[in-house]
Parts: sequence; structure tokens; C-alpha cells
Amino acid sequence: MNILYDERVDGALPDVDKHALLQALRMQMPELEILHQQEELKPYECDGLSAYRTTPMLVVLPREIAQVQGVLRLCHEHRVAVVARGAGTGLSGGALPLEKGVLLVMARFNQILHIDPAARTARVQPGVRNLAISQAAAPFGLYYAPDPSSQIACSIGGNVAENAGGVHCLKYGLTVHNLLKVDILTVEGEHLTLGSDALDSPGLDLLALFTGSEGMLGVIIEVTVKLLPKPQSAKVLLAAFDSVEKAGRAVGDIIAAGIIPGGLEMMDNLAIRAAEDFIHAGYPVEAEAILLCELDGVEADVHDDCDRVRQVLEQAGATEVRLAKDEAERVRFWAGRKNAFPAVGRLSADYYCMDGTIPRRELPGVLKAIADLSAEYGLRVANVFHAGDGNMHPLILFDANQPGELDRAEALGGKILELCVKVGGSITGEHGVGREKINQMCAQFNSDELTLFHAIKAAFDPSGLLNPGKNIPTLHRCAEFGAMHVHAGQLPFPDLERF
Amino acid sequence: MHGSAEMDDSTSLLEQVNQALESATPLRIQGANSKAFLGRVTAGEILDTRSHRGIVTYDPTELVITVRCGTPLAELKQVLDAAQQMLPCEPPAFADDATVGGMIACGLSGPRRPWSGSVRDFVLGTRVITGLGKHLRFGGEVMKNVAGYDLSRLMAGSYGTLGLITEVSLKVLPKPRQALSISLEMNAERALLRLAEWGQQPLPISAACHDGLHLHLRLEGGEGSVAAAHDRLGGERLDAAYWADLNEQRLSFFDEDQPLWRLSLPGNTPRLSLPGRQLIDWAGAQRWLKSDAEASFIRQVVEEVGGHVTCYSHGLSDSPFQPLPEALMRYHRNLKQQLDPQGIFNPGRLYAEL
Ligand SMILES: Cc1cc2nc3c(=O)[nH]c(=O)nc-3n(C[C@H](O)[C@H](O)[C@H](O)COP(=O)(O)OP(=O)(O)OC[C@H]3O[C@@H](n4cnc5c(N)ncnc54)[C@H](O)[C@@H]3O)c2cc1C
Repeated sequence: MNILYDERVDGALPDVDKHALLQALRMQMPELEILHQQEELKPYECDGLSAYRTTPMLVVLPREIAQVQGVLRLCHEHRVAVVARGAGTGLSGGALPLEKGVLLVMARFNQILHIDPAARTARVQPGVRNLAISQAAAPFGLYYAPDPSSQIACSIGGNVAENAGGVHCLKYGLTVHNLLKVDILTVEGEHLTLGSDALDSPGLDLLALFTGSEGMLGVIIEVTVKLLPKPQSAKVLLAAFDSVEKAGRAVGDIIAAGIIPGGLEMMDNLAIRAAEDFIHAGYPVEAEAILLCELDGVEADVHDDCDRVRQVLEQAGATEVRLAKDEAERVRFWAGRKNAFPAVGRLSADYYCMDGTIPRRELPGVLKAIADLSAEYGLRVANVFHAGDGNMHPLILFDANQPGELDRAEALGGKILELCVKVGGSITGEHGVGREKINQMCAQFNSDELTLFHAIKAAFDPSGLLNPGKNIPTLHRCAEFGAMHVHAGQLPFPDLERF
Repeated sequence: MHGSAEMDDSTSLLEQVNQALESATPLRIQGANSKAFLGRVTAGEILDTRSHRGIVTYDPTELVITVRCGTPLAELKQVLDAAQQMLPCEPPAFADDATVGGMIACGLSGPRRPWSGSVRDFVLGTRVITGLGKHLRFGGEVMKNVAGYDLSRLMAGSYGTLGLITEVSLKVLPKPRQALSISLEMNAERALLRLAEWGQQPLPISAACHDGLHLHLRLEGGEGSVAAAHDRLGGERLDAAYWADLNEQRLSFFDEDQPLWRLSLPGNTPRLSLPGRQLIDWAGAQRWLKSDAEASFIRQVVEEVGGHVTCYSHGLSDSPFQPLPEALMRYHRNLKQQLDPQGIFNPGRLYAEL
């Protein structure tokens, strides 16, 4: 089933007179940069999920918040769908444009407005890159904790919209845990402040609701994040295992010892080899799995914890445990992990990154099932895993130029996600649903739950003009998706609730 | 395994909600009633959650516990204690039999909040009976889950106005290996300055309260960091029971007759001059005020510095929570209308219009 917007199952979109809209935008905002010619629109036809492309009707690149407001008001008045876009690094097609829609690019809002070291906060524009916040806070000994691997490129607005994670989530939380305040414009261009500079705010926690809402409830125009003091010390242990099961169990053992590592990552053999080839991080390429365990905090505690973790790892059957001997080696160990996606990308023409989460205890069974599916579909799968918090990133290798391979990769991916749901997990831990996982939402939620999601959308955007078709499937789509599965003769999990 | 009182009574809860929907009867959701003094006075038929209780699942190495709403908070703490784990946000109970459902619905956090996060930060998933008469599941038992809108965290602090929370999955953490509390003699101005300074350094502070004369600190972490911080900061040893007394409002400060106000303030707000007495918690981000001053006056002073005020003395104010700006209130109404179209869940508890 194609994931591009399909008016038949995703709902009709209002027809738009492109020329009239362009005229109106130019009239009202002569300074606003607008792209409207085919060749200018092309660079914006996809986000990080580049297998899916749609040319937007228009692209607008505002530089002032008043222009964003103007665009929203005008589009609302003309009944035009609006898709917000940050840096376009999203991996679920969240910023995939619409042929009948305007793409609202927020990337030019790249100013850090204020850093308050005493209050430990940074107030920034939505287009500021994740890493730029930590860089600006560094002179004060502070940093912004959530660190998606895409942090050199992705925008804080996109992070809020996806509730982005990173390799330090288990200890430091997701984006939602590190926000104080978000300013948004509603679909009608009305300004709301969610949260505040205090630790809580009166009323319902709309800040939590908006975080991860994928540009469906409002457009983020300003973000105030919390900053943390940089840990005094950070050490990384690399442990090699001769089986993924053992590595998986070691993760539970570390937690059982009462230790919450700053980061706890796992890679399987295919991912290890790819990363080693690409980055030369010094990974043991013979290992079936490695764990990277970072311990950070006050010097004395880090030292003690390193000893404890080393013991736990050895008892868990690690064939080798190595402590990064200096900062350079620590950075290299992480570089291997943080570049795992592009590294795997070098092994194959294309790769498809999954993002399911599972209760950690299910890891051995799920990895086994993925290996079986990989054989069944005839596509290699490399596994990179935020082991500490149960977030898996199976990377499916395929070649889009081979007829049928993309479809097979997609089908295999869908199976993996349904497996995650079956063992009590989720189809997405940090990349979001976007367009990519719109069908799998039908496996994770029943029609009553989806109906409630639509009700929430209706509270903020009753006409459904903000990022239509993303995140929450229509009941119509789910009915067809369910039917398609039955037609294929094999309902994957007959015990799951369906409709 | 977790006591004989375990019982899944969700069918009956759902029935009660459906009956209320049919007969258009507003419901007053209540556990042990320990936090009834918070929010507006509401009318409605009582829906008692305490029949639906028990720990559903708990696997310490997964760092997740799933609990039914009527479970006593004390039971939850006991179970976590036994595994050397804790709910880091330290929700106050305000009564021996306070329930988990009430804790989520009120969303109150204790002394560790500025460092650990709030109740909502530990919510991973919920089951909720909605105003459409369905028992639904959102979020889950995994640390990361961004599928769909985050209804689970929205439930925290909603005072039962969006639906009946029947079950919640919470992230838990191992207890720190070492904890030590100290008191330092200094005035409030100086304490706030020091706290702002220490906040920028990697010190293992996990609670900070100034009572007018002394700054009380709790240090938590590994043996090494706690010892080093103690060496550096000095001070007199303080009985750790102080933090529970502060959290449960058992300190003599709370005994006085005057109305009690809670001030929630931006980090690094200087000492506020207001009539009455103040107790500074959360390193300055939460301040308790015992004062006869007018609500409007207190609100104005606090609003000017970017904070908000809650009245903790029951019935004193018709709007115990800070009124919302008009536009924001409109979206609150829309949301309530969508999730509870008949307005049966705790109508008016949070705001008259909700
Ligand atoms: C190599 C690589 C590694 C990655 N690693 C991680 C990782 O470790 N963890 C992780 O969580 N993600 C990761 N990602 C995914 C991606 O970087 C994140 O989802 C990121 O948050 C997207 O930010 P963006 O600015 O690129 O948003 P975009 O891709 O432009 O948009 C993402 C979504 O946010 C919405 N949006 C963007 N800006 C706004 C705004 N101002 N207002 C309202 N809505 C808005 C869009 O409509 C869309 O739905 C990775 C991506 C790549 C390519």
C-alpha cells in the first residue's frame, strides 16, 4: 500500500487555485520568499525518508514570525493545507509535502534569543540546530541534553514536533523532559504560550500534548529549553559478546545493579562491521554484539561505577571489556555508533531505518524473529539499538532500483513493527509516525483510540489543514489496511484487536 | 503476589461511567479524598476508584511499574522499596490511604522535582475511561513511545477533568546509593544566590529548601560525590525525615492559621517581598506563602516575574488555580468538549468553565 497521500482513504483535500494563492501571498507579504517553480520546489519534495517524494504546490521561507502568522491566516482563509518543515531530517515522512499544500519552512529562524546561565535555560527560535544550543551554552559549562544522532542538522522545532530522543535518553530524558515553554501559532495564526519559565503552569499540560504532535496541532515559533551542567567526567566501556542474547541480558544486569548509565547502546555484527569500515572506531569486528556503556557524572562516582559495570559485564559473559583510554578514544567509540546509519548505508544502495520499541526482556526473541523475517524476505538487516531504553533501529538493506525491493523492504519493516506491538512495545520510539508508519498505527491502536486522537486534533484544528494525513490514520485507511492483510491470506497476529 | 486486596474492577467503573453518560449525571471522581482541598468545590455523584486496585506488572530491571488507580500510594512505595527503587518525583500523599490515581490526576511532586522531573515526566502510559464511554489505552510500558498524541502525560495534573484514569505505567529508578542531608545557616537572599551558582555545577543536590534561617540541602549520588560535596559545603547534619515533613506539609510553618499559597516561579527569581511568611523549596522554583494578602495582589506580584499561584486553602478562592489567558482557555474548553462532550468528569474542579 502506497504511503503517499491518497484522498480516497486519507480524506479529500480542498482544491486550491495556486495562482490566486501566490498572488494573495505576494500582495500581503511582499518580503516573503516564495518558491513556486518546478525546479525550485524539487529540493523540498522529501525529508530524511527519501524513498517518498511529493512536490509541494508552494514553498514559503519566512524570516519573521509575522510572516508565519500571515501565511497561516491566509491559508486558513483560502482553505489550503500547510505542512511545517524544520531541517527536513525526519525519518518518517512527517514533513512530506502535499501537492495541494504549502510547505512552511521554519529553518531560517535560527537565532538563539537568550541564554540564562543562572536559570539554566535557553530561549531559541525553532530553526536553531540541536547542537547549536549546546555550543552556545558551552561557555557557561552547560548543555542541552537530548542528542539525536542527527544533532548537527536537525532543528529544535523538529525535535519538539517529534519528541526526539538520542543516546542519552534513559538518564536525561526525551525532548519532552527538557522543555520549559513552547510558543506556537494555531492553524488560524493565533499565538499561544504553552508551559512557562516556571517548572509548571496552570491548566492542562498542553506542552506535553504538543510535544511529539508532528506539526498537526500548531506551528512552533519559539522554544525554551532547560540546560544542564556538563558532567564533570564521562567514561565509555565497550564490551564484546559472542551472542546478542548475552549482550541483551547484560543490559538488564547493569540496571539490576542499580546503575543508570548516561548512554547504553548495542550494535550487532553487521552494524559493527559497517561502522568499523567507515569510522575505524576500533570495534571488535568478530563480535556478534557490542555494548557501549557511558557513565557520566562526578569523577569519583564515575570511577566506582566503571568498576561495577565492568564486573557486571564480565559476569554476563563479555568476551572483552575495554575502557576508552582517553577522550579521543571515547569520542571515536561514539562516532562509530552515531554514524551507524550512514555506515550501514555504504553497504547497500538503500537502507530503511525502523524505530520500534520493546520491553527490554523481549530483546532476544525479537532479534531472533527479525533474523527469521530477514531470511524470509531475502533482505539483510543490521541492528542498532538504544539498549537502555528498548528502542531498536533495525536497518533494512535494499536496492530501490531492483524491481520489488522497496516494496519488500517496506513489508518487512511493517512486520517488524507489528512484532514490536505484539510484545507490548510501540511502532515508534523517536522518529514519529509521519506518513511512514501510518498503516501500523492501525495495529497499535483500535478504532476508539484513533477516534479520540481525531478528537484531540479537532480541538485545535477542526478543519484539518495542518499536516493532514500524518500521524493518525483515518478509520477508512485502517479498514482497508486490515482488509489487505486478510487478503494476503495471513493476518499476522490474529489475537490483536482489529476492526 | 502483591497482597490480597488486588482486584480488577474496571468493568464496574466503565458501567458507572456509562450510566452517568446515559443519565447525564456529573461524576466526582475520588480515591481517598486526600487532595479534595485542591481545586474548586464540585458537585456530582461520587465515583470511588478504590475498588480497582493492585500492581498489574512490575519488573525492576525494566524500570517500569503498572498500577491500578485505586492502589494506595503507600503500597506502591512499599513494593518499590523492596526492590531498592523509587518514584523519583516523590509525590506527596497528604493521607495514609492516598491513591495512585489521585497522585496522577493532581500531578504534585516533591522536593526532588527540579532535579528529577515531575509526576508527568514519569508517566509512560495510561488506561483511561473517556467521555465517550470507552476504556482505552495510551502510551505503554516502554521508555519511548511517540505513536499518536501523548494523552498519557496530558492526564497528569488534569484533576480528572478529561476522563477516569484507571491504570498507569510509571518509569521508576534505582534509589541513590548514598544520601545525606545538611543545613547551612544563611539568609534567603544569599541562599538563592548560592543555589543559582551551584545549579551550574555538577553537584549532587537533590533537594533544597530555605526556611528563613537555614538552607537545607539533600545530597544524593554515589559515595564519592556525596562525600566530596559534603566536604565542600560543610554544614550541620540534618535528619532526612525533614524532607518528608516538608513534602507532606507537616512542618510547623504549615500549621499557622493564615491561608496557604503555592508560588511556582522561574529559576533564579529573587526573594519576593509579600506580606506573610515564606518557605522556599525547589531551590527557589516553588515557594510556600502563608499570608492574608488578597489573591489578586499575590497573583499580580507573581505574574510580574513570570510565575503563577495556587491557593491551597480550600474554599477560600473561587479560582484556586491561576486564571488562564482568554485564548488558552478557549483551547482548554475545546479539548474538554472533545474528550468529555457531556461534561461529566469533575466538572468545574479545575476551572468553572471546564
Ligand atoms: C542520520 C539520522 C539520524 C537520526 N537520529 C535520530 C535520533 O537519534 N533520535 C531521534 O529522535 N531522531 C533521529 N533522527 C530523526 C530526525 O533527525 C528527528 O526526527 C528530528 O527531530 C527532526 O528534526 P527536523 O528539524 O529535521 O524536522 P523535519 O524533518 O523538518 O520535520 C519533522 C516533523 O516536525 C514537524 N515540524 C518541524 N518543524 C516544525 C515547527 N516549527 N512547528 C511545527 N512542526 C514542525 C514537521 O511537520 C514534521 O512532522 C535522525 C535522522 C537522521 C537523518
